[in-house]
Amino acid sequence: MNNMFRRLTILIPYIWLLVLFLLPFLIVFRISISILEYGSPPYIPQFEFESWSGFMDKVGMFNLDNYRFLASDALYRNAYISSVVIAFFSTMFTLAIGFPLAYGMARASSSLRPVLLMLVILPFWTSFLIRVYAWIGILKPEGLLNQFLLALGIISEPLTILNTNAAVYIGIVYSYLPFMVLPIYSTLEKLDYSLIEAAQDLGCTPLGAFWKVTIRLALPGILAGCFLVFIPAVGEFVIPDLLGGSQTLMIGKVLWTEFFNNGDWTISSALAMVLLIVLVVPIVLFQNAQAKATEAGK
Amino acid sequence: MSGRWTWFNITSVIFGMGFLYLPIVILIVFSFNESRLVTVWAGFSTKWYGELFRNEALLDAAWVTLRVALLSASIATVLGTLAALALTRYTRFTGRTLFTGMVFAPLVMPDVIIGLSLLLLFVAIGFDRGFWTITLAHITFSMCFVAVVVQSRLVSFDESLEEAAQDLGCTPFEAFYKVTLPVILPAVVSGWMLAFTLSLDDLVIASFNSGPGATTLPMKIYSQVRLGVTPEINAVCTILIGIVATGVLIASIIGRRRDVQRKLDEQQAAQEG
Repeated sequence: MNNMFRRLTILIPYIWLLVLFLLPFLIVFRISISILEYGSPPYIPQFEFESWSGFMDKVGMFNLDNYRFLASDALYRNAYISSVVIAFFSTMFTLAIGFPLAYGMARASSSLRPVLLMLVILPFWTSFLIRVYAWIGILKPEGLLNQFLLALGIISEPLTILNTNAAVYIGIVYSYLPFMVLPIYSTLEKLDYSLIEAAQDLGCTPLGAFWKVTIRLALPGILAGCFLVFIPAVGEFVIPDLLGGSQTLMIGKVLWTEFFNNGDWTISSALAMVLLIVLVVPIVLFQNAQAKATEAGK
Repeated sequence: MSGRWTWFNITSVIFGMGFLYLPIVILIVFSFNESRLVTVWAGFSTKWYGELFRNEALLDAAWVTLRVALLSASIATVLGTLAALALTRYTRFTGRTLFTGMVFAPLVMPDVIIGLSLLLLFVAIGFDRGFWTITLAHITFSMCFVAVVVQSRLVSFDESLEEAAQDLGCTPFEAFYKVTLPVILPAVVSGWMLAFTLSLDDLVIASFNSGPGATTLPMKIYSQVRLGVTPEINAVCTILIGIVATGVLIASIIGRRRDVQRKLDEQQAAQEG
């Protein structure tokens, strides 16, 4: 009886994820090595799985044309590079705003902290799409930011921010800020302040103590926050589509266009496979960090 | 850690909160604007809200979204709670590493990949796209978020309580239902709420997996946003923000009350003992 309960607890979610999470990736891979065909579905599989013994013989028959096409076309290469670059710098900006915020929250009085925490979590629950949309009205040439800056006399002509990479950075930093603040806050909240005093008593400058104690101890939170921002930001679609311009190249947007506008399922699948390969290292690092955090919680 | 609340700390909190809230506040304010122009204030009006309730296509989309969210959040909560139990209780079983990977990966996996891969699965097995494919897709990614939320509560739960219940004659299921579930219930409820809002919010995965007749509210909002900023969209967004904010606030107040009550009970028990 006990065994059956245990078995079901593991098997039900396991099978669900195998069928609806892992299997789809195998299908994406299969289609990425298929040939584009105008029909329904719009591809011809080049590879049918029959048995493991036949499997290795067929590896040689994979049609890698889609991957060759991706490698030969500068558009795709640049899209990958620029996605990683934009995601990296956005992560750094998010850290630059998120860390002081989390630090300030952790240092607030214990009655104020739950309120501040609530305030950070609340936008995290409200729609992503809505929060991105909210920036369009602010960043437009005749938008509120330009009206404000013109009224103050800081600028004499409206700035073009919407439909540039700058708007994409603002959008990513804004949308992902709670993902950065929450893990950092949870490590800083547990930090024993007497450690910093001890470091200072032992001759550290305040800045030295901050660097050697606070940052060091908050590192798991900082890393978790960075992964939570960086990985989804690389494949972001909504932000570059709504806030970026025609020159904003990001792979999520390219994949969407190939799929919905060009109907090219095989290239979309190859794009997704390569994106997955780009993200495999950060995803594995993130999972290890999560698993460690779980162990530490025990 | 608390105590010194320096000027630097105050400034960074005010700046951070201002950054988080200003765009939302502006969006809400302009949903009550008389003028069609969303950036010029022309007086207070609720006419855009009135127009929303006459927009049939939008109401249909809202109804689809609500049904998908209720159904997918409920199933995801059951699956996610089971996954959390499997992760925390059973440290040894075949394929545990793969299982852990599959639970954590969707948390950071870009939406376009999840959306595309599920769509290709549904096409490969000949499943018609529509309401059910969106629901299945939402269950799959949101159950992982539920699992993480519930797991964080389960790690601090004393398993021996459940063993005691079994020694006293409960079946494993009864022991879980009567002992563990009440303790982890707050996490299960917040897991459900998270799954619900994730589903309510999703544009990319729903777009890949939707079919004729199954347009969700975010898909509708997105197609209108592409045409430009309008006060109607501001009004829809304001209503959505209002619903979510009310839900989260109520949940946190109830959670707070329960904590306070529990502390009082503990104190009382300590005094009596």
